[in-house]
This record gives sequence, structure tokens and C-alpha cells, in this order.
Amino acid sequence: MTTLDRTDLSDVTRDDLSLRRFLHGLPGVDQVGAEGRAAGLATRSIKTTAKAWAIDTAITMIDLTTLEGADTPGKVRSLCAKAARPDSSDPSVPSVAAVCVYPDLVATAVAALRGTSVGVASVATAFPSGRASLDTKLHDVRDAVAAGATEIDMVIDRGAFLAGHYQQVFDEIVATKAACGSAHLKVILETGELATLDNARRASWLALLAGGDFIKTSTGKVTPAATPPVALVMLEAVRDYYALTGKQRGVKLAGGIRTSKDAVRYLVMVNEVAGEQWLDPDLFRLGASSLLNDLLLQRHKLATGSYDGPDYVTVD
Amino acid sequence: MAKPVLSARAKNQKHSFEYAPAPESRDIARLKPSYQIFVDGKFRDGSGEAVKTINPADEQPLAEVAEAGPADVNDAVAAARRAFDGPWSKMPGKERGKYLFRIARAIQERGRELAVLESLDNGKPIREARDVDVPVAAAHFFYYAGWADKLGYGGFGPDPRPIGVAGQIIPWNFPLLMAAWKIAPALACGNTVVLKPAETTPLSALVLAEIIAEADLPPGVVNILAGGPAIGQALVEHDDIDKIAFTGSTDVGKIIQRTLAGTPKRLSLELGGKAANIVFEDAPIDQAVEGIVNGIFFNQGQVCCAGSRLLVQESVADELIASLQRRLTTLRVGDPLDKNTDVGAINSAAQLARIRELTDSGVDEGATRWSPPCELPERGFWFAPTVFTGVSPAHRIAREEIFGPVLSVLTFRTPAEAVEKANNTPYGLSAGVWTEKGSRILSMAAQLRAGVVWANTFNRFDPSAPFGGYKESGFGREGGRHGLEAYLDH
Repeated sequence: MTTLDRTDLSDVTRDDLSLRRFLHGLPGVDQVGAEGRAAGLATRSIKTTAKAWAIDTAITMIDLTTLEGADTPGKVRSLCAKAARPDSSDPSVPSVAAVCVYPDLVATAVAALRGTSVGVASVATAFPSGRASLDTKLHDVRDAVAAGATEIDMVIDRGAFLAGHYQQVFDEIVATKAACGSAHLKVILETGELATLDNARRASWLALLAGGDFIKTSTGKVTPAATPPVALVMLEAVRDYYALTGKQRGVKLAGGIRTSKDAVRYLVMVNEVAGEQWLDPDLFRLGASSLLNDLLLQRHKLATGSYDGPDYVTVD
Repeated sequence: MAKPVLSARAKNQKHSFEYAPAPESRDIARLKPSYQIFVDGKFRDGSGEAVKTINPADEQPLAEVAEAGPADVNDAVAAARRAFDGPWSKMPGKERGKYLFRIARAIQERGRELAVLESLDNGKPIREARDVDVPVAAAHFFYYAGWADKLGYGGFGPDPRPIGVAGQIIPWNFPLLMAAWKIAPALACGNTVVLKPAETTPLSALVLAEIIAEADLPPGVVNILAGGPAIGQALVEHDDIDKIAFTGSTDVGKIIQRTLAGTPKRLSLELGGKAANIVFEDAPIDQAVEGIVNGIFFNQGQVCCAGSRLLVQESVADELIASLQRRLTTLRVGDPLDKNTDVGAINSAAQLARIRELTDSGVDEGATRWSPPCELPERGFWFAPTVFTGVSPAHRIAREEIFGPVLSVLTFRTPAEAVEKANNTPYGLSAGVWTEKGSRILSMAAQLRAGVVWANTFNRFDPSAPFGGYKESGFGREGGRHGLEAYLDH
């Protein structure tokens, strides 16, 4: 990173060796220090007006997600209704950013969301394992895009990454990006399987160099999913990538974010690590399902001073 | 078919995330209009002057303190002697340990009160008082409580004896924590103490006296005298003191050592520092930046072991300084009681004047001064976080202890040059090494003449780790098994 300037970024992706040298030349991440920094940011006290702003902002950043084998068109339609208007009794609640579904349900979601500002994201590339041929993965992507998906959440080949086959991972992302057409590409790193923060940093840069619009922590199917230290490292990556190239790329955290407190802490992290420009649904997303209801409950508590029970928000 | 992802709503969104004020309530400190000294198990007005202690964040008086006079020093030392000859030195260690555990628990129970009080009297951010000063103070009492009945296994012989009456003089930067560092090992070993907190920050030590009184320690085991330098001098010169433990400036430490020369009194000194925080090109840069920030802006840099000299390898200097400056723009300077404040007030007008004088000299000598944009409150003692680049080892800001939020950046080319520059100081309290290479950490630690060498971290305090200096940073160790040695006759 130190020796790189804006002109030779294409050089680092020229071949396998260059890519490897670049990724292994990134500054290391000291895990103890990263955990300490993440824990320090979590002590910020966000109250009153700041909390109200953060809750509404968090709502606008949600990719409201259902990724179950039991998903049906009916389930997806009810999710879409909630995405467009999260609180049927309060029109001042903003819509979420997108819904996120499997490719075969994209058409249902597109139809249900027509005329709203809510995007349709689809997981693809043999989600969640990614264990399929590239042809199959790209076919999966084209299906979703053809059905109207505006955002594609791909998974990287973690096996290839862990084996050190960076070029293969890079090429797959490039091919997926091409198959996306005008749809935005989110690259899921599955940091729980990459295990170390050094790997999280290298995979982040690999995805950014390959043209991912977003880097995303997890599928939500692997534990641990999004953790504060991983989020920290990925936010540092987009911050540094921007400093180097002038291009802003997004971060999506997914998996395990269920409470307003967690969401607000992540917004603080975005604000202080990447910078406040990233507090924008174009550059930061929270992939979640139950989080939205907790944000609605907290929003109501701030407005009225009293807590509602779970029967006062809709089940998804 | 695809919708534009960049929605109009998103583009027009206001990004600004303004943290609303989140002040801790001042009432939690349970400030009293006046505080008394603690002698022979009783609170009483000192025979010295009644002095107002002020809040450095707004210069408003907090409370009046009836300071000790010379007669109080005599009474306190006599009470400590009676307590030593009477119950305390003869008490089984297991029983002494119970008292220390009780004090530790009471510090935890009154933790919020102590944190707010410390923030008010010292000017430090509540976040630090809450997360560092108070819990680490309690941890020291817990730690040494555990040693009280195990002294025979510490490597000091089968039956090490206490020394006697210890006179302990502590500074204003960590008033409660320094009191804990001094009192806990002394008591665990069976000594009795007369402690003098700093004149600008007496309150938390006097609340600790309340805790000690409520813990039912025998009268005279702990005596706490508020007062200025004259009281400290009277304590040092007192004939019936067996040991002096001093934490403070090197100048005063030298005076104390001269005073004690030729007497049987023992001495431990923890004095100033000008620590090198050394960042190699293979360091984890983001974490190093955090370590630099924590090293010099923790407690407004008013830390004897502060990483006030950043030594960075030239090959990563520009990148590191840019990262550091970006990070410093997120520091929140202001109301110490706000839970989101990172940098609070300087402790006193005198200290602020010293910081200003030395930073002015840095500019005069040709270094480049930089501070992040920040609005300082109008009243109170404030100094913006400051970074000097282009510092030469000959500059005063590279040699003298500033004891403020001021970082001097120097560069080096090779590990040998880093060692040479790091050791080129009259001080030797602490150092930091940042590298991903384990062998280099060990090699540097062996060559650095500093009592504490932190690797890929900085300003970490644990009661089990010994702390102390080389050269003009003093001698003797506090903390850990080593910390017992200063209070045992073996």
C-alpha cells in the first residue's frame, strides 16, 4: 500500500504473483488491537436526538432478508410490504434499502415492490457455499438479474482463497460483475470461514480490486458472522481503497445483528472509521431480518416514552 | 429492467451524525462542601490552611479541604507507628488480606461515585476514570489482598517482615489509582502508611479514606493528609518514617533522594519519562495509530509513561502520519463528564503554562506544529491535541517531559538507529514497539533501557505486571511480585 500510487493499481492485478505480492504486502492486523478499538467505539453513548437519527438511518440501510428453504411467494410478498412501509401505523418511518431473497423469488419481490424505492437484492453464485462450477454460478446470477434483481450478493470461493488461489477468486468476481450488468455487486467474504483478520483484510482488497461495489461480511449461514472487529477491518479497507483510488465502495454487515444497540454501534463505527460520507444506504447496509422490529420498537419508545410489546410490530 | 440503485432519497440524505450530549450526572460524585484529613482512624480538620480545590474544566471551586499542618504529620506518623507496633504487623496475613478484599469491593461498589469525582477534580474524561482509573485501582487491592498470606512464597525468604511506617507521596494525574498502587502492597506486607495526595487532587483519596474507615481497618494503619509540598517535605524528613515511596517529578525525586542520603530510610521513586513509541515498517499500522493515540492522548498526556516520542521508520512515516492525523480529527475534546469525550482538561493552570512554554519552544526551534480542528471551551485549562513533525533529537520537545497532549515525531532508518534514539534520553520508564515480527520485539525489548516495554500495545496497566523506571525515571517497582519487594524487610 505504501509504495502504490493511483497509476499502478492495474499492475497489482496483472497476474497471480502480483496479486499475491500485493495482498501479502498489506499491513497486518493485530487482533488484540483491533478488538480493543472495536470495543472502545462501542462505548460511545448515543442518546436522544442522536439516537433518533441513528435509528431512522439504520432503517434506511437495511436489506430485509429471508433466505430459507421454506420461503414462499406469500412470505416474500409480506416481507416486501413491510420493507416498503415498515410500520403500517406510522408513515414517517422510512422504507428499508432493499429486500434480499433467493433468485427464484426475485420476480415475486420485483412485482411486489413496483413503484417503491426499495431495491431487490438476490443472493447468487451457489449461495451459501459457493461450491459449484463457475458456469453454474454465472447462470445463477443471470437468472436473478433477468428476473429484475438490482443487486447481486455473491459468495467468494473460500476454499480457493484459503488455498492461496487468489487469481481464481479474483477472476470469479470479475466474471460475476460482468454477468451483473447494471445490477450492483456485493461480494460476500464469509469472514467466519476466513478465520483471521489478516484474511478479512486481504479478501476485502481482493474483492475491491476485482470490482465489487460492496464487500459483505457473511452469508448469515456461518457463525461467527458480522463481528465488530471484522466490520472495523472492512471499513478500513474501503476507507483506504478510497484514499488510494478516489472510488467509494460500500460495506454490508450481515448475520447476527438483531438489536438497535448493535446497529447504532455499527453506525458509530462507520462514522468514525470510514467517515460520515459512508452513512448512506449506497455505501453501507445491514443485512437483517429481526433487527427491523427492534428498531421500530426503539423508535416508538423514543417518541412516546413507553415500550410496546412484540405484538405491536408485525411478524415477517 | 433493473432499477437504479442510487435512489434520490439516498442522495439527498443528510449524513451528519451529531452525537447528542451524554453527560454523566455530577450529583453522582456526592460532593461535600468540605473534606477533612484522616488521622488515626478519625476525620478531622487539618491544622493547615483551608484550601479550595477547583474543577480544571471550568475553574469553579468544587469543595474546601482542611489541609494538614506539621502537627498533623507528627500525629499521623505516631498513629501509624502505634498501629504498626500494635495490631497490624502481628496480624496473620490472611486477616490483613480480608481488609484489602473489603476495600477492593467497596471501591467497586462506589465506582461510579469515584469515577465522577475523579473526573471533576482532575479534569480527565469520565470514560477513562470509569474504564481505567477505578477498575484498575480495585484490581490492585484485589491483587495484593491475594498476596497477603502468601508472602513466604514470593522468593523473599520463608518469613519476610514488613518495613514499618511508609510515607507515600502521590501525583495528581491518577489520584485514586496511585493511592491504590501505594497503599495496597504496603498493607499486604504488614506496613502502615501516611499518604499525601497531590494538592490539586485530594478528593478521591479522601473518599478512599472513608472506604478504609468503613472497612474497619485498625486506627492508624492508613492515614491520609491533604497538603502541599511543605507537608510532603515534613513527611520525608520525619525521623520515625522507615520508607518513602514517591511518584512525581524527577526534580522533586532528586531532592528527596538527597534528603534521605545518610539516613536508614528506604526509598522508591517513580519519576518522569520521555518514552519512545517505536513503529517499524512491518507494524500493524491501524493498530499502531490507536496505540500512538492512546500513548500520548490518554489522560491528556499527563502520564509519566506517555509515549511522547514517536519514532517511526522513514519508509512508512508519511503514511503513518497521514493516518494519525485523520484519526485525530475524530477525537472529541471537551466536557470531561460527557461520556463521549476522549480528551479532557489539563489539571492546573501551572501545568497548562508548562505545556504552552514547551510547545512554543518547539515552534521556535523549527518543528512543524499541527492540531486537529477543535473548539476548546472558554473557561478552564484546555490544550488541543498537538503533533510536532520535523522534530530533531536536539529539540527541547524531544528531550524534556512535556506532560501534556503533545507528540513529537522523529524518524529512524534501521533497528539499531531506533534503539540508539530511543535510549538517548535521561529517562527510562517505558517504551513501545510496533512490529509483526516476534523476534524483533524480543530483540528490541532486550536493548531498550526502559522499565516497561509494551509490544503492539501501549499504556496497559495490570496489577500483576511490575512497573518502574531506569535512570532518571527512578528505581523500585510497583505492581506484581516485584512490587512487594519495596515493602518487605528481607
